[in-house]
Amino acid sequence: MDFVFLYETFVTLISAIPTTLQLAATSVALGTILALGLALCRLSGIAPLDWFARAYIFVFRGTPLLVQIFLIYYGLSQFRGVRRSMFWFILRDPYWCAIIALMLCTAAYSAEIIRGGLLSVPHGQVEAGRACGMSRFLMFRRIVMPLAVRQSLPAYSNEIISMVKATSLASIITIMEVTGVAAKLISETYRAIEVFIVAGAIYLAINFLLTRIVVLIEYRLSPHLRQAPSLQPVAAGEMR
Amino acid sequence: MKIMKTLAAGMFAAFTLATGASAQEKTEITIATEGAFPPYNLTRPDGTLDGYDVELAHYLCDHMKIKCTIVAQAFDGMIPALNAGKFDAIMAGMSATEKRKEVIDFSMSYGSTGQAFAVLKDSDLSTMPLKDALYSLSSNEEGARKAVEELKPLLKGKIIGVQSASIASRFIDEYFKDTVEKREYKTTEQHDLDLIAGRVDVIMASMGYLKTAVEKPTNSDIEIVGPRFQGGFLGAGSSVGLRKSDTALKAKFDEAITAAKADGTLKTLSMKWFGFDLTPQ
Repeated sequence: MDFVFLYETFVTLISAIPTTLQLAATSVALGTILALGLALCRLSGIAPLDWFARAYIFVFRGTPLLVQIFLIYYGLSQFRGVRRSMFWFILRDPYWCAIIALMLCTAAYSAEIIRGGLLSVPHGQVEAGRACGMSRFLMFRRIVMPLAVRQSLPAYSNEIISMVKATSLASIITIMEVTGVAAKLISETYRAIEVFIVAGAIYLAINFLLTRIVVLIEYRLSPHLRQAPSLQPVAAGEMR
Repeated sequence: MKIMKTLAAGMFAAFTLATGASAQEKTEITIATEGAFPPYNLTRPDGTLDGYDVELAHYLCDHMKIKCTIVAQAFDGMIPALNAGKFDAIMAGMSATEKRKEVIDFSMSYGSTGQAFAVLKDSDLSTMPLKDALYSLSSNEEGARKAVEELKPLLKGKIIGVQSASIASRFIDEYFKDTVEKREYKTTEQHDLDLIAGRVDVIMASMGYLKTAVEKPTNSDIEIVGPRFQGGFLGAGSSVGLRKSDTALKAKFDEAITAAKADGTLKTLSMKWFGFDLTPQ
């Protein structure tokens, strides 16, 4: 192992980490909002909304993300109409094309996770809320949402991690994130193993931190699973 | 015991024969080409080989007074096969790169396409000056630098598409680093698409590639503009690949190529097959 080379590679790849994190964070954030909308459509009981969400999830979950990126970046730009439209200033930019593709894809997966979380909220608790005279919104905010988030967090953390890894596909549309820079280094040095080991280690480190954060949130959201802090024994004289 | 001795003697004889043969003057050689890389080399419907490499090979062999047999081979296994003695020379549009030079030897270059720019026909860059001028980074570095300075104000702030890790990419890094924004693509077809889409303003690639790319009906809006650059780290161009031990044959090929350059054969043949002059400067 050539440690000097590994170190140099590491230093070069570090400069690309912000791009990777930005891609992942932006697309997950926007994707979650879209996913919440889709999940609510699925549960709305209104047939057209339900079917729209079903179709969307079917298409975006059923096709490879690589193909979606290619279609959005190279496919849409083939049409003169698209190039002359008001959306072109966004679609012209490879960075936004990557964000759009990642966002649309993660929304399809997350919608199902959120739907599962919402459905898992026990009926009794909803009824209890209603019995207390809570409005629909208040009940959603205080009871349904926290429970649904707690239920879907493990599955959702999977989705976040796979999105961090999916950003590596953005390198095919000229974005120089960690994998893009790694591929460039390889074609210059012909040393695939060392470069990919370093790149892999960087993704591993990012995802390690991410999983720790999710574990922390899960811990905060599930006090009912922990033993209640033991109360101070009350002095005998105060028993009366 | 006796068998072993005979075997050893036989092997020794074969070895001396083999090494002896390469040291001797050759009167008959086999040249490998690909037969599937037009216009460098191609296979006609009747199975015969043709193309720039093939026609030039016939000329060079006549000049060297050596009887040549030209055979078609897969490109990726050519270098190991040459070293294994399956044939004696490679003429398959193969560029003499540093990497290949570690394993085999190359004659002098017999065809250099150079790196050229291409833009959309209605672009403001379509009037790029120095059209068709050819600058060598090795023999005319100063001229090349001058040309670069002339192009800089025109290309200022433009986005240029190149293939990732290609020599064009390195050229932009060395000569236009702070002038243009470089985007790197996995394949040359992808930067063609983005040129048409208007995401990049100009592309740079091998003239040999661009010449065939602009012929495609989908690329009818693209045109080749401005000067070309070659030599130096841009590579010496296509050369005859030879075994490192065959120094006598290399000298003969070099001499024959010099003659082909001098009498205009390289120019005539490249005009015929490529439509522009490939003669290395």
